[in-house]
Order: sequence, then structure tokens, then C-alpha cells
Amino acid sequence: MTAVLDRPTREPAADRGPRRNWRAVLDWVAVHSIGLALALMFALPIVFVFLTAVMSDSQAFTSELWPREWHWGNFLEAFDKAPLLKYLGNSMLYSLLATAGMLLSSIPAAYALAKLRWRGRNVVFLLVVGAMMLPPQVVAVPLYDSWSSLGLTGSLWPLIAPYFLFDAFSIFLLRQFILTIPQSYVDAARVDGCSEFQTLVRIVVPMARPGIAATALFCFLYTWNDYFGPLLYTGEKPDQWTLSLALSSFKGMHHVQWNLAMAVTLLTMIPAVVLFAFAQRSFVKGITFTGVKG
Amino acid sequence: MTATLDRVDVPRTAPARGRSRARARHRLTVLAFLAPAAIGFALFFGYPLIATVVFSFTRYDLINPPEWIGLENYAYMFGDKLFLTAVTNTLWFVVVLTFARVVFALGVASVIARLKSGVGLVRTLCYLPSLAPPVAATLVFFLVMRPNDGPLDVVLGWFGIQSPLWFADPAWSKAGITAVMLWVSGDLMIIILAAVLDVPQEQYEAAELDGAGPLRRWWHITLPSISPVLMFGVVNSIILALQLFTQAVVAGSAASGAADLTGNTKYLGFPENSTLTFPVWLYTQGFRYFDMGYAAAMATVLFVISFIATAFLVQRMRRASHQEEGGPGA
Repeated sequence: MTAVLDRPTREPAADRGPRRNWRAVLDWVAVHSIGLALALMFALPIVFVFLTAVMSDSQAFTSELWPREWHWGNFLEAFDKAPLLKYLGNSMLYSLLATAGMLLSSIPAAYALAKLRWRGRNVVFLLVVGAMMLPPQVVAVPLYDSWSSLGLTGSLWPLIAPYFLFDAFSIFLLRQFILTIPQSYVDAARVDGCSEFQTLVRIVVPMARPGIAATALFCFLYTWNDYFGPLLYTGEKPDQWTLSLALSSFKGMHHVQWNLAMAVTLLTMIPAVVLFAFAQRSFVKGITFTGVKG
Repeated sequence: MTATLDRVDVPRTAPARGRSRARARHRLTVLAFLAPAAIGFALFFGYPLIATVVFSFTRYDLINPPEWIGLENYAYMFGDKLFLTAVTNTLWFVVVLTFARVVFALGVASVIARLKSGVGLVRTLCYLPSLAPPVAATLVFFLVMRPNDGPLDVVLGWFGIQSPLWFADPAWSKAGITAVMLWVSGDLMIIILAAVLDVPQEQYEAAELDGAGPLRRWWHITLPSISPVLMFGVVNSIILALQLFTQAVVAGSAASGAADLTGNTKYLGFPENSTLTFPVWLYTQGFRYFDMGYAAAMATVLFVISFIATAFLVQRMRRASHQEEGGPGA
């Protein structure tokens, strides 16, 4: 039997013979053990944080990894140590208003970039990409100067207001989603006498709903997680702090209490986990759209 | 980011006699859709970009009117020891973090792509940390890498490894921040994973018939096919490293045990300015010392550098879109 004839017989796994089978099993075991190790590596830090959060004050100081007693009350006690509800309210205000403003301003702009034909469209799109890549620190000085002369520093409004006009990342992501809507649907609506506004509201928005959901999720989480913005504008006004900003000083203020600091750390992560649990597919789709697929 | 600049041909539907009126209306529609974004871009990017450059030639403390001092701010940089420290620290992150992040994300994505069971669970666990607030993620690692009695040191102790002081050790604090950044690199992993799974299966089968093992198939087929995505990962990571701020501030303040955020600048860069990144020094100068002119000069430098990185990426995008002219979202 020649080697050439040999090849097709390798197709079904059962005919591979003991040696091939053994190698396949070994390969499977190797890949899956690495996979398991990776999963553990990503999950374990959170497990440690959780275990520390429910320890007693004194045990949180030790090198023990497992709580001797489970102090579930730590999560409530953290609320006594700092006005967490206030911070939560500020975070919600920032994230919800910013997301609402972003949807109002970015959907029409993304539609114009994806489905309308006009001169200069590519240049404008490049400007959006450029704005998306710009480190926020570059424009911080003049913006702070302007907001300060308007008397709005010390509040979250300098962070919320821009979303009602322009958010580069959201326009970029929404455009990528709207591009995937077949042109024939848009054309059909136009032939039927729809104005561009009607086409956008009746055809494009319903069809782009998963994309809009993903963009809204990212916008909500970006603002929820934001640290530089709230630090810049509300750093000296503790009653305006967001949860993320408050968390950074919680550890310092309650230096001794690791367990409470970790309980608050877990609390700030809840929105991300809840949103992800409900919209896992939107997240994954949105992420792939930001990178490569358009 | 391929084929993002494609042209979409819209058939003209307007009848011939009303064509110019239709065209005017079309122009008005485009304008209406873009107006908020255009105003926003002008207010929050156009104006501040120009103003930053103008401010960089002045001395300005937010209270007294700006005073023109020419290139003095830029000249001052060369004598500012902490400026040079900040540049060195940020360069460290640009090199080490970019390399580590792309290689790590590629490695994890390659393993997930080969899993046959438990894919969903592993993918979710790898991705979830990237959604955590950066402040929280840094504090998580601050606990895990707590010197002496932290979980990582306990585990390393089982193997007889004497660990450093991590965030309290100037030689290791940047490595600690890099660990945080790798833990939250799930978004890049998902992007690379999507690209790996997009490689046509026939190519692998053909290579397998030629007797190529899994590693050789990965090297000769997977890697070349996903190289545009890896390029995106490199540029994306460089931009991330250039603006590294939150993790550095939180790690520094937590490790120094600073009492609070307000007005206390001692912790910035702790220990021994090893976490003083370029944006942290910019922030300190501008918003702690209120030397807005100097901060604007640093911002101008940061802008030029990130502009080069962005222009490089955009150039590649354009080339890619010229190569496969046509269908939307190909």
C-alpha cells in the first residue's frame, strides 16, 4: 500500500488505529487541562475577593484563605461606613443619562455614515475613528477650563452633556452594525416613499436592535467604570462621587478593614455581571465588531 | 477593521424633474442627521485640541489670564526629572504591556478555539473580568498580590518561592499593573478568537492531510490568517498603554495607604515614582499644581504620539478597504 492510498482511510476516527487514538486523547487532555487552568486563573482572584469579603475583621488580616465564619453582614456594614447609596445614585445618574443621550445623538449619525451617500463621508468617518483613539487626557485641560468658567466643575454634568451630542466609540460601533443591514431593505423603504427619517425609525432601528443593545451596554459600562472623568470633575466634591471613584478611596479611609473594602469592590462589579448574564450574546457580538469584522 | 470604508451605492429614486430639489433635500437630511455629532465634535474635540496647543505656549493657573511664554514649557520638560521618569514608565508599558497583552490574548484565544467541551464556560470566565471597573480590578489584584499573607504569596510559598513586595516594590509595581491589565484583556481575546474561528476549516484539513501537527498548523495557517487582527491588537494595546492612568493611580494610592484622594499627591507614583505614568504626571501638574500650561504641553506631546499610532492604524484600514472594495461589511 502506498502512502497516497493510505490517506483517505484516516478520515473516520474509529479506523485510526490505537496509536493515533492515543495521540488524539493526549491532545484532548492537554488542551482541556490548559483550558481548565486558564478558567481557574481568571476566576480565582474573584473567589479570593469574595472569601475575604465574608471574613471577620480580624481574619481578613491573616493569610488564611477560607473564612472561619461567614459574615454575610459585611455587605450591609459597608453601607454604614460610607454613603454608598449616594454614590450609587450618582453612578446611575451618570451612566443612564449618558447612555440615553448617546442613543439620541449617535444613531442618526451612524445611519448617515453607513447608509446615506454624501461627499466627505470617509473623511468624517476617519475623524470619528481618530476621536475614538484620542487619550482623554489630551483634551482635559481646555475642557476643564471651559466647564470651570461655566461653573459646572464639581458636578457630573461636564461628563454627561457631551453624550447628547457626540460619542465617537458609539458612532463607530453603531455604524459597523448598520452596515450589515442589507441595502435592499433600505432601498425598498425609499421606493415606498419613506423619508430618510422614516427609513431610520421603521426599518433600520428595528433591524439594528441587537447592535443598539450592544452599544448601549458598552456605553453604560464605560461610564460606570469611568474613573478619570469623575476624579477630574468631582474629586473635591465627595457628595458627587461615583461608586468607582468612591471605591478608590474606600480602601484608604478604612485602611484596616480589608473585608469591607472587598465587599464594596464586589458591589461595584454587580452591574457588569447582571448585564452580561442577560445580554451575553450582544456583548460578544459587539466586541467582535469593534475589532475586525465590519 | 477591514472593509470599513466601503462605498454603498444608493440608486437614485427621484424623478428627473425634481432631481435638484431632491438633491437639496437629501443634503438637508444628511446635515440634520449629522448636526448634533458635528457640533459635539467641534466642541469636545476640535476646539480643545487647538486650545491645548495654544495653552501649551502659556503660563496659566485657571485664575489669572494665560500669559504667553513661548516654548518655555517644552524647554522645562528636559530639566523635569519626574517628566523623564513618567516618559520612561509609560515607555515601559508601551513595550511590555503591548507585547504581553497581545501574546497572552492570542494564547488564550488559541486554546479556547481548540476546546471541544466547556467552551462557553471558559470563554465567559476569561471575558467577564474585562467588564469589571478598573478601580475594582486593581483592588482585586492588590488583595491577591498582598505581600506576605496574600493568596498569591501563600500559593507561591507552597512551592518555596519567596515573592517580592509587588505593588510596594518599585521593581515589581509595574509588573503588578501589567497582571491587572492581562486579567482584563478579555475583549482582545474575544476579537482574536473570532478571527481564529473565521479561518477556513479546509485550510486546516489540507494541512492535516500533508501531515502537519497542531503546532505547525497554528504557526503556518492560523497566525498568517489573523495577522491583521494581531496588528489591531498591537495598536490598540499601545494606545491603552499610552493612556494608562486609573490602574496606576489606584495601585499607587492603595499601596501607599494614603488616607484620601483629595489634595493628597504624595501617593501618586508610589512606590518611588515607579507608577508615575505620563498621564498621571500630566494630571498632577494640571489639576493638582494647577500648572495648566505645562499640562497642556504634555498633552500636546501625548497627542502627537497617539496621533502617529492612530494614523498608522487608519492607514492599514484604508489599504484593507481598497483591497476588497465592495460589499458592505465584507
